[in-house]
Amino acid sequence: MKAIVTVVGRDRVGIIASVSALLASLGINILDVSQTILDSYFTMMMLVDTSAAAPSFSELAAELEKAGGELSLSVRIQREDIFDAMHKI
Amino acid sequence: MRAPCSPQVRPPFAGVAEILYNNIKVKTMLNINEILETNAMIDRQHLDVRTITMGISLRDCSTDDAERTAAKIYEKVVTRAANLVRVGEEIEREFGIPIVNKRVSVTPVSEVAAASGDCDYVIFAEALDRAAKTVGVNFIGGFSALVQKGMTEADVRLIRAIPRALAGTERVCASVNVATTRAGINMDAVRLMGEAIKAAAELTAESGGFACAKLVVFANAVEDNPFMAGAFHGSGEPECAINVGVSGPGVVRAAIESVRGAPFDVLAETIKKTAFRVTRMGQLVAREASERLGVPFGIVDLSLAPTPAAGDSVAEILEEMGLSAVGTHGTTAALALLNDAVKKGGVMASGHVGGLSGAFIPVSEDAGMIAAARSGQLTLAKLEAMTAVCSVGLDMIAVPGDTSAATIAAIIADEAAIGVVNNKTTAVRIIPAPGRKVGDTVEFGGLLGSAPVMPTSGGGAEDFIARGGRIPAPLHSLRN
Repeated sequence: MKAIVTVVGRDRVGIIASVSALLASLGINILDVSQTILDSYFTMMMLVDTSAAAPSFSELAAELEKAGGELSLSVRIQREDIFDAMHKI
Repeated sequence: MRAPCSPQVRPPFAGVAEILYNNIKVKTMLNINEILETNAMIDRQHLDVRTITMGISLRDCSTDDAERTAAKIYEKVVTRAANLVRVGEEIEREFGIPIVNKRVSVTPVSEVAAASGDCDYVIFAEALDRAAKTVGVNFIGGFSALVQKGMTEADVRLIRAIPRALAGTERVCASVNVATTRAGINMDAVRLMGEAIKAAAELTAESGGFACAKLVVFANAVEDNPFMAGAFHGSGEPECAINVGVSGPGVVRAAIESVRGAPFDVLAETIKKTAFRVTRMGQLVAREASERLGVPFGIVDLSLAPTPAAGDSVAEILEEMGLSAVGTHGTTAALALLNDAVKKGGVMASGHVGGLSGAFIPVSEDAGMIAAARSGQLTLAKLEAMTAVCSVGLDMIAVPGDTSAATIAAIIADEAAIGVVNNKTTAVRIIPAPGRKVGDTVEFGGLLGSAPVMPTSGGGAEDFIARGGRIPAPLHSLRN
């Protein structure tokens, strides 16, 4: 299943490294990355594939949120369909 | 069927073009602005799916024994809706979109109960309440009767049982349709409903007449409405259906904030675009829920349903259009534009738009409405005018506890007349709060909010209501 991972937090060294390691440990494959700094906030969107991940989508979401909290980051995963539905005809 | 192309026989450039094309598609999927915009709508502007409502037919539950019928009703609801809450929560987590309520609507109980003969219909409300608790839904709608032209014995029994049914259960909602454009207004039923509302308020006096918040009197009721308290599963509906109600007053307000001062054409266009997006999201959720539950998709109801939370208010949309407060002159025009633009935007975004679709104006559930009613800017008379152009009617309005049953019946008759003549759904959900007077506030809590007690017009309509009979259908009901 394709999904969008959104990472937002105060910018510092190593955010991409820690988030990528986290995704790898969960078996989530990164397909595309877009990242910028908005108002001094690190903002990253990733298109990922969760089909090789062992846990269910709900478990992934909970796991990412928890791990993100430990890193002082907001990390959320959502199925990409919602963005397609709202922004594409 | 065409044979699949083999990559080996393709010219080399075709493969490259395909790779490039796919990459472009991937790039456009990662549009940061779109993702941020969607998440801002959810996080800051209260975008949500207000309800996934499963409509369940109870017509096969009729028996000649009330207890057996009640047992069958319970069994049917807990079987059909067993996975509703779990599936709703799964979808919520996967899309990251809050699904505020999971609910059930059923066949109007008077139709199911008729075969059980002369018994107390509270037993059926209790069965529904137990079923709602078992499956974990917060409301179950359908303790209802459709009596626009006349009442069967079962309908009368149901209406007489409504006050005790609502006072004695927690999650059951009742509704009665007393008028349609085709049939006119059943004034006998209007009178009975005035009495039922008074009785329901008295039985729940300690909570400010809370039972009345679960009771809707309709004209032109719709059979696939997913919103409470007026949801029921109509007789033209399938065995089971999934209807989804989306919301998003905060999203619309934020969108029109960006076109402050622009002409109405731009305003209407902006609302339409926002409504389109919100409805697409609802359609996606409806399709997912329908597939996972193995239940046909019914409709998406695109209604701007406010909540008492700050920034989730229909009144604030109207005020953002340039009104000092909702209720002032210009409010009806502003609401008409909003209601129409919401429908136009939503209708292309879903395969089936239905239910009530439009803008709700419940007073107690909308912080802007509460403020305007408290300051005296918003009156019952203005609200009545607004119901001619909004999606439903007089909703969640508290009036003094000494308001007579006849006055409440007359308020229902006025509202029904607006619905019947204008070919639209109207409704009355009014709370004559026992012991309260104008200026007091009734607290309901949660999504139902708090209602400032509003003055009625004074005078009396006792003789008018005592006439009984039917107000004939208007000329334009003869459309064949």
